[in-house]
Amino acid sequence: MSDYIKPLPKPSPTSRPYWEAARRHELQLQHCGGCGGYIYYPRPRCPHCMSDNLKWERVSGRGKLYSYTIVRRASTRSFADAPYVLAIVELDEGPRLTTNLIAAQEQLKIGMPVTVHFDDVTPEHTLVKFKPA
Amino acid sequence: MSLKNQAAAVGIAELKPWKEPPPDATPLSLMARLAAEAIADAGLSKRDIDGFLVGMPTADPGFIYPASAAEVLGINPRMLNVVDIGGASPAGMIWRAAAAIQAGMCSAVLCIVADLNRMGDQKVPVISVQREFEAPYGNIGANCGYAMIAHRHMYEYGTTARQMAKVAVDQRKNALKNPLAAFGDKALTIDDVLNSRMIVDPLHLFEIVSPCSGGSAVIIASPEVAKRTKNTPVWLLGAGEYSNHSSITYAPSLTESPIKPAADTAFKMAGVERTDVDLVCPYDCYTITVLVTLEDAGFCKKGQGGPFAAEHDLSYAGDFPCNTHGGQLSFGQPGLGGGMSHVVEGIRQLMGRGEGRQVKDAALAYVNGNGGIMSEQVSLIFERRS
Repeated sequence: MSDYIKPLPKPSPTSRPYWEAARRHELQLQHCGGCGGYIYYPRPRCPHCMSDNLKWERVSGRGKLYSYTIVRRASTRSFADAPYVLAIVELDEGPRLTTNLIAAQEQLKIGMPVTVHFDDVTPEHTLVKFKPA
Repeated sequence: MSLKNQAAAVGIAELKPWKEPPPDATPLSLMARLAAEAIADAGLSKRDIDGFLVGMPTADPGFIYPASAAEVLGINPRMLNVVDIGGASPAGMIWRAAAAIQAGMCSAVLCIVADLNRMGDQKVPVISVQREFEAPYGNIGANCGYAMIAHRHMYEYGTTARQMAKVAVDQRKNALKNPLAAFGDKALTIDDVLNSRMIVDPLHLFEIVSPCSGGSAVIIASPEVAKRTKNTPVWLLGAGEYSNHSSITYAPSLTESPIKPAADTAFKMAGVERTDVDLVCPYDCYTITVLVTLEDAGFCKKGQGGPFAAEHDLSYAGDFPCNTHGGQLSFGQPGLGGGMSHVVEGIRQLMGRGEGRQVKDAALAYVNGNGGIMSEQVSLIFERRS
């Protein structure tokens, strides 16, 4: 049994491929055959053009730090190990995602290049985090 | 078709927020008191109330809520609903009430919110996608999103911590004159704000609302009902609403909010200019929220909210009266009563009931309600006819 107490993702039928790929340490996004856009988070249909022609594709895992905060006091006990860096990363493919940045506080700079870092937080769960590229 | 001059605010009631929930109160007991006070304030009777818009209290939520709350209050509405757009719910109630009146569905709508703050540990969000893609990374509650907006705003526009802090300082000046403000007993300086504890970089403790208990109510009435109320009616001149995201991560921009289309719609409907406005009551869950609102509502250029706040006196006696009740930052945030406080203050000032903080000759007020992380936006423009 894991002693991990933070919230864990419960995949939906729509998002299961995303989390299964993360378990294999691959970042995959839906790619829309209708408008050519990449999609995050996983959707039942493309939020841009409503097409259901969506295919999972492996993406680069590279992006830029769009914004961040250092959470010094978390609003929930499960993150009592604060401080931690909560971040928005903009992937090279376009979409932004909410994540954690594994970096020293003095390193943090909006616009800095980052690369994906898979964190196997439990034997069954891998979170998609980032670190400086 | 427009909501301009179709309905007026005729009665208000507001409780002084409690920092600790009063032991014998329930959300419904607070609503019962507020309903009686608002109806008395308007000079109406309970039988006049034929519309009911209510906020869902977190301390006592329910399914099929409006009828059960109306039953407790003894109100028989011809239109009843929960409005569920976060902190924008109270502002959202106002134009929905006016629209129902315009459509002939009812003639006097009680818009009411009350809650007790027993949240303690923030719950993991109930929205499944946020549970799945936000909570595992520690994006729980509103602080983180607004902190990331503030950081990005500083990055894009050079906004400074001192400029943000000025909002809390000036609003506290207003709260010192508001006997209902929960945090209205001690003046603040910019250094006080910047020396308060850093909670989520770059936001300090005094830049973040304090959850409280309390509530408020507003009665919106038809022109016919407005004629026989005892207050100066305050007319709804314009309204606009817009949303383009829930989590800020997926918003088109962190720094350009959906306030712009909401405010543009409201000003177009009202047929007035920004420069005609005598006071503004922007939703202020955080200092950065006020700066972004002043920009996107068109009171200053995009990105210039920081210098604007620094260069203007935002107090009731200043050249740009802003949140003359103290804002939520100093009034407190009694659940959705926080968002209603901006609506109530705008109406109160235009009724000429601002007491020690009355804005001289106030005739036109801009109010903005904001839900979630800059997600749901409702802009309102009120007018007192001379």
